[in-house]
Amino acid sequence: MNGSRAATLTTGWRFAALRIGDFPLIPTAILVGLALLAIFANVITPYDPEVGTLGDRFRPPFWQAGGSEAHLLGTDHLGRDVLARLIFGARVSIVVGFTAVIFAGVVGTALGILSGYLGGWVDQVIMRITDTWLALPALTFAIFLAAIVGPSQWNVVMILGAVYWTRYARVIRGEVLSLRERDFVRLAIVAGCSKRTIMKNHILPNVLNSAVVLGTLMLGVVVVTEAALSFLGIGVPPPKPAWGLMLADGKKGLMAGYWWLTVLPGCCIMLMVLSANLLGDWLRVKLDPQLRQL
Amino acid sequence: MKKFVVRRLGYSLLSLFLLSLIIFFFVRVTGDPTVLLVEPGASKADLDAIREQFGLDRPLVVQYWHFISSLLRGDFGQSFYYRMPVLDLYLSRLPNSLLLAVAAMTLSLLIGIPTGIIAAVRVNRWWDSAGKIFSLLGLSLPSFWVGLVMILFFSVYLGWLPSSGSGTVLHIIMPAFALGWYFAAAHMRLTRSSMLEVLGSEYVKLARLKGLPEALVITKHAFKNALIPVLTLAGINLVIMVNVAVVVEMVFAWPGVGRLLYEGIAFRDFPVVQAIVLLNGAMIVIVSLLVDILYAVIDPRIRYGR
Repeated sequence: MNGSRAATLTTGWRFAALRIGDFPLIPTAILVGLALLAIFANVITPYDPEVGTLGDRFRPPFWQAGGSEAHLLGTDHLGRDVLARLIFGARVSIVVGFTAVIFAGVVGTALGILSGYLGGWVDQVIMRITDTWLALPALTFAIFLAAIVGPSQWNVVMILGAVYWTRYARVIRGEVLSLRERDFVRLAIVAGCSKRTIMKNHILPNVLNSAVVLGTLMLGVVVVTEAALSFLGIGVPPPKPAWGLMLADGKKGLMAGYWWLTVLPGCCIMLMVLSANLLGDWLRVKLDPQLRQL
Repeated sequence: MKKFVVRRLGYSLLSLFLLSLIIFFFVRVTGDPTVLLVEPGASKADLDAIREQFGLDRPLVVQYWHFISSLLRGDFGQSFYYRMPVLDLYLSRLPNSLLLAVAAMTLSLLIGIPTGIIAAVRVNRWWDSAGKIFSLLGLSLPSFWVGLVMILFFSVYLGWLPSSGSGTVLHIIMPAFALGWYFAAAHMRLTRSSMLEVLGSEYVKLARLKGLPEALVITKHAFKNALIPVLTLAGINLVIMVNVAVVVEMVFAWPGVGRLLYEGIAFRDFPVVQAIVLLNGAMIVIVSLLVDILYAVIDPRIRYGR
């Protein structure tokens, strides 16, 4: 058990070390801000994001002629308040993004550990499946799955998890391959720990860093894929306020020059993805020197 | 070399087999496949006929045999909407997709390679930082949104470019840019890191020691070798472009494979969706096989390394 204590200690120490140095303040602030918007969406906005007033269709933002302070960022083709939809859209993106990343992370990390530690035919089977999975282009594969199971928010989470677990499996397996040759694992074997105990108590804590880094980097990818699926009409179903769906709706008013319906949701996606990427890049350098090449 | 090619070929065949297995498995595990394989609104008799035809009541192994043997005969099923074999439909759209992908690739290389080289030569200077910001933006902006914003500016406000359709050179500019944008950033990153690696190598140092002007060192010695990984990536990316183009093709109503896939979803034309996923996946497997073999021919170390 000594090995596992040492391992958790190192993990803990590394997390503590995070606070020192060039912390990416703005990306973190943006992500935290979006999370707060998502949590308190009901309190912040007086409007229902799914119901509009048909008399107030296509109102521009307040600073343009025809806009009013009642709808700060204007309204869409059904007269729904754009700001309210953007705020509730943060909730959809964050819920879908985080659960999908965690789902993919749990499956991928578990299979990566099994594959790397057990080796042999288990490794062969898992890695061949992973290779094929990676050969399938992510977006096409996601579209295929979405076409089978139909549009729903939780289906999107399952689809994204099913598509992206391979990224974790590959990286984690590589780490486990080097970890299992280390002394603390060998000592655990000598001490008579079962394979299960070793994988759970000795290997898992040591790959968590990489999983967290990958997860942060995957968040951006997952959010963009979710937006693309919703945009195509097979992701989050209307009238839910997902940013991708708002872009699909915005396309209808594009030729008429209703720019706010297209530009604003895209800016939200960009902010979230950019922040996740910046934070992920920083975490990668701080937590996991092995991943710097990625 | 022969051994390497045979082994690599074996892996590819295995990948293709697993690909068909995964597709087959997902269609059957997520519900009653009869509903997917029959036109929407089909009668009970039609459903039974399809069940009979595909043997959906028989063991999975038998079903898979049916599935794979018709695939090998080039029979990917009939499109409900277009009333023609899916394979013909796919092949009629493929040239458009390839045209778009080649245009986007050209753009992305024209942007990515020069900026990557400058970023590597002026490493850690302001140009390098500008390049970093550009590549981060490139990797963070969804391509379809870039497309929509471009329509807004160049079609709606300025009226310079057509917002949708195909046929002329003008039609391809915006879709190619929207699609190539992300890849320009990726190519820039790779050019930069590959160039940095080459610039640190012994033979470049030697060239400098000989007293060669820096411009010549970069263009004649470093550039050529730094380009190999970039062009390899570009080869694979060309196929990936055909795949991720679906949203861009939809935004610009570009008549390629991606738009066909979108129509397949919108009209609930499942044979089309299934065939495109299979064919696109197969295309990626085959191209990465070719790239690997080509790489082994160029660089003998790879043959023995694996």
